Amino acid sequence: MLKKMGKILVATMILGLGIAGAACAAEIVVNGSTTVLPFAQIAVERFAAAHPDVKISISGGGTGNGIKGLIDKTTHIANASREIKSSEIEQAKANGVTPFETAVALDCIVPLVHPSNPVKNLTFAQLKKIYTGEISNWKDVGGENAPIAVVGRDSSSGTYGTWQELVVEKGDKEKKSRVTPKAQVTASSGAMLTTVANNKYAIGYDGIGYVDKTVKAVSVEGVEASIATAKNNTYPMSRKLYMYTNGKPAGEVKAFIDYVLSADGQKIVTDTGFINIK
Amino acid sequence: MGLRMGKSETTSHHFGGWGDKAAARTAFSVSTICILIMGFILYFLVKESLPVLKATTLSELLFGMDWYPQETPPALGMFPLIASSLAVTFLSSAIGLPVSIVIAVFTAEIAPRRLRSLVKPLLELLGFLPSIVFGFLGMVVVAPWLQARFNLLTGLNMANASALLGMMMVPIVGSLADEALCAVPRELRDASYALGATRWETIRRVVLPSALPGVLSASLLGVMRATGETMVMLMAAGGAAVIPQSLFDPVRPLTSTIAAEMGETPVGSEHYHALFFAGLILLLITLAINLLSAKIEAKGLKTKGGNL
Repeated sequence: MLKKMGKILVATMILGLGIAGAACAAEIVVNGSTTVLPFAQIAVERFAAAHPDVKISISGGGTGNGIKGLIDKTTHIANASREIKSSEIEQAKANGVTPFETAVALDCIVPLVHPSNPVKNLTFAQLKKIYTGEISNWKDVGGENAPIAVVGRDSSSGTYGTWQELVVEKGDKEKKSRVTPKAQVTASSGAMLTTVANNKYAIGYDGIGYVDKTVKAVSVEGVEASIATAKNNTYPMSRKLYMYTNGKPAGEVKAFIDYVLSADGQKIVTDTGFINIK
Repeated sequence: MGLRMGKSETTSHHFGGWGDKAAARTAFSVSTICILIMGFILYFLVKESLPVLKATTLSELLFGMDWYPQETPPALGMFPLIASSLAVTFLSSAIGLPVSIVIAVFTAEIAPRRLRSLVKPLLELLGFLPSIVFGFLGMVVVAPWLQARFNLLTGLNMANASALLGMMMVPIVGSLADEALCAVPRELRDASYALGATRWETIRRVVLPSALPGVLSASLLGVMRATGETMVMLMAAGGAAVIPQSLFDPVRPLTSTIAAEMGETPVGSEHYHALFFAGLILLLITLAINLLSAKIEAKGLKTKGGNL
């Protein structure tokens, strides 16, 4: 009998130690924007490799889902490709959560045409009409009398999502606009570049990190895309990418966000086609 | 007589020997594993594709015109994708098969032996070129040329992809058809010449019909290669999800859709299941081609029997 009780005691002790041990290992849950995912995922992997004691997991459920997770305290870091809404801040406060904003990168998308194309500038309205198929000749936007070959990205790409939101669906209320089905689809940023570089009628778009001399970047609403205009917020198709935390980051969460903002972290940002913020 | 009896006894002894049994068992287990793997792939494909029917109807899926899978709710009409797949398969076969068969007839029947020993390895070498090389060629060489030559909206289109696919078919179909033609017994040709037939008549009336089953199954391999080709489609077909109206319209076959979108779509989403469904449709298309060719082959054999 005594022996049995002893066994149970030992088992309880081991179990207790186990639970205490699990509680000691810090856990960080990261969720949110799929736009942020490409560099956040690499940052998470490298951070986890350097800090084996920290359990860190990342998923991309979308900005809204990430912030929802922050509000109901299931997520420690919410990645966001937009600023938090006032309604979300109110919900958070009601739940005892104070969202704290840290901008970690800049996202900047540039419309591209063939180098021989005389068009230098396009407005949002013109870009939207080109991509929905309403305008199909370059002469309607100040170019030569030639057809427009619309080139887009595959619908799962983050660049597609940003373009959709900033250009195609701009100003839409209920009914969301669609990219014309005649648009050609390229499966990567590199393929987009080659396609536009090889077609004198083409228009496409890419993250600024990919743009090189084989194509011509078009300015939007009179502003030329550059790292400077993206950083001072004058280029209209740039936006900050954020990581939201509950209150000022502390402990392991702070360590991770500091890593993202460090030189190494910002290098991941530029390597994945975004603009560093530091 | 006694000697023959003895010989047949030894042969029968060899037939049931240990080595034969081992070989038979190995062959049996390898083919069983193959069939099991095929069955498993089929099961997985069906299991992963059926949940899409919860989100949309079968007729919407097969005949819907809009492919906007990222919307909520997603628009999952695959008709333009299916039409593109079929159109590219048809066009590339129309380009590739006649060329392959002409080349096979040339190497097997017409070319002198020395020329044949030069052309055939060259042809087979062409078959080893990875499809991404063809895709790259289509993207940076054929597309700009096509566009400049015909003043097109884009050089990445159905004609470009089909021509490349046709080229990719030639080594496979040509080489296999050549072997089928070579396998026709020499006596048939000799008999034909003895009856006063010309070389052309002999090829058309005697050699080709006798080699028909082999030539057909070679062509079938080429056609299925075209249906399943992904890289060339992804790089050179343009990728517009519309039903092609002309040879120079960009198209978006099922294969390139799966390749372009599977990587980033959330696992378990309607889009994910729809892409598996696209794979199932591809499988059914190749199965249909297979059945059709079996039917043609059977018919061909029958008419051939009638003629002889």
